[in-house]
Parts: sequence; structure tokens; C-alpha cells
Amino acid sequence: MLDLTGKNALVTGIANNRSIAWGIAQQLHKAGANLGITYLPDDKGKMEKKVAELVEPLQPSLFLPLNVQDEAQVHSTFEAVGNTWGTLDSLIHCLAFANRDDLTGEFSSTSRAGFTTALDISAYSLIQMASAAKPLMTQGGSIVTLTYLGGVKVIPNYNVMGIAKAALEMNVRYLASELGQSNIRVNAISAGPIRTLASSAVGGILDMIHHVEEVAPLRRTVSQTEVGNTAAFLCSDLSSGITGQVIYVDAGYEIMGMSGAQASS
Amino acid sequence: MSETEIFDKVKKIVTDQLGVESGKVVPEANFANDLGADSLDTVELVMALEEEFDIEIPDEAAEEIATVQSAVDYISNKVAASA
Repeated sequence: MLDLTGKNALVTGIANNRSIAWGIAQQLHKAGANLGITYLPDDKGKMEKKVAELVEPLQPSLFLPLNVQDEAQVHSTFEAVGNTWGTLDSLIHCLAFANRDDLTGEFSSTSRAGFTTALDISAYSLIQMASAAKPLMTQGGSIVTLTYLGGVKVIPNYNVMGIAKAALEMNVRYLASELGQSNIRVNAISAGPIRTLASSAVGGILDMIHHVEEVAPLRRTVSQTEVGNTAAFLCSDLSSGITGQVIYVDAGYEIMGMSGAQASS
Repeated sequence: MSETEIFDKVKKIVTDQLGVESGKVVPEANFANDLGADSLDTVELVMALEEEFDIEIPDEAAEEIATVQSAVDYISNKVAASA
């Protein structure tokens, strides 16, 4: 049923074996997709080495550096995709950044520079990459990004990243509206909290995870693999009628008002 | 688990995570100053320790763990408390 054989998928945002993007890459590979992987380059080449070793079993046919704040690098990444693959079918956008200082404490003390950086890397990058991907998605395509409930409701310490995710979710809708005419679908997955390198920067992440384990209907959090399975679905023809949506993969946490566990005790 | 066993496991994780020679991973070694760990390395190290010992290390505690011995001490306390 779920078959991505012959589909070219570019996956961004893998930092280590806990990355949600790594869960996605594995499930896309399992479904038969041909993978391209990007990593965030650093001066010492540490990330390149680490990610290359991690993704080696998935045999990606493209492995490229990508810092979305570097316009020239975004251009060369998609140029390489065009030159090597000809067409692109799926783009997985798993990028976000905020200064650590802005992910704890008082929201009202968010600096202008911190705000700009968070919105630029976490939200604008989707517009930028969708624009670069559009001409390569000649047979239609699927763009999937990762968001979080903190972009819709207030989650302590999520702060400026919540604003960035709100912008990201609206980007999904505007992009879906425009790109629909080219049969390109754009959706977001809103995953429950998962302990990753990125989420460790959010103050009190362990408390958030414990809270979800108590309150969510499934009484647990979700895994990278579960997010990966939903991403594979969104990249496949099984989801051909879905675009512009935010799909919650959060063990049901989003529907809860008051905790059922508290009510019964 | 004895403190020696904990030290040996910590030593292996530190060696793997930071890519340093195991001989450098002595109790007084400071992760940042002696073993060259940057802030991301430190976060990954903490998560690897959590996984190995099946414990949780909150942010405030993680900030206090600067040396190999301080990691061993923290883990010894946690493991003893949950036993």
C-alpha cells in the first residue's frame, strides 16, 4: 500500500540518532524512497562526519551541506537536486532555531535579534525552500514540515519558538493554496514533545514530556518512528487529497481540556 | 552498581561521544576544558548518560556536571535512590 519506490525525497534537519528527521528518513527509506540528506555544516566538519556515518545504511544518493541562512547554499543544494535527480517528489523541512536565552524565562524580554533569527530560520526557511523546490516538482510533490502545539496554545518556555511555529503553520496554508495548482501538497506534522538535541534547549522539556504522559489519551508520548510513519503517509499517494493541514501526532494530547487522570482521582 | 562500574560505563560513553582517547577520561577531566566538548556535545553526552543508566538528568543538574567525577557522583546518587 504505502510505496515510495522511485520517489526522490530530500530530508533536512538530521543532527543525530534522536532527531525526528532521522525517524522520518528511516521510514521513507523503508517505504522505498530514494533519499537526499542535508546537514548543518560547522567549522570543524563534526556534523558532516557524524550525520554521514548515521545515514550511511540508508544509502542516500545526495548528501549536502545546508544552512538556510546562506542563500547561495540553498541555491546550490537545489541545483544539485536538479542535476542529480531531475525531479523532486518530497521535501522534508525539519529546521528550527532560537537562542537558548529566548526559550526560558520571560517572553516579554525576547530581543528583536532573537525574534528575527527564530522567525527567519524556523519559518521563512519553508518559504525559501518551497520556492526552490517548486520548479523541480514537475510531477507534483509533497512538502512536509514539523510544528508543535506551542504555535497554537501557550506552552511554558516555548516562547518565541511558539510565534515562529504559528508563522510556520500559516506558511503551510498560504503555500498549499498557491502550490496546489502545481499538484504540490504542503502539510505540517505537529508532534508531541520528544527528547532531541533541539528540544533540550527548551526549558523544562522533561516536565513537558511527563505532563503529556499523564494527560494524553494514549498516556504516553510519541516516537520519532511514529512521526516518520505519518511523514511517509503524507509523502505517498495515500494522502493525495490532503493539503494545507496540520496533522497532530501527539498521542491525542491536543484534544484535552482537563486531564482525565485528575478527574477520576 | 558499584562506583567503579559506573565510572567504566561513563568513561566508555565519554570516549565514544567526544571521540577522545580513553586515557584522557580521568575523574578530574573537565568536559569542556580538557576534553574539548562544545555545548552541543555536552547535551548529547547528557542524553547518552540518561539512556545508558535509565535515569533523567534535569537541566539544572546537567549544568552542574562539568567533570567526569561529577557525572559519576550524580549517577551514583540517582541509581542508588531508584534501587
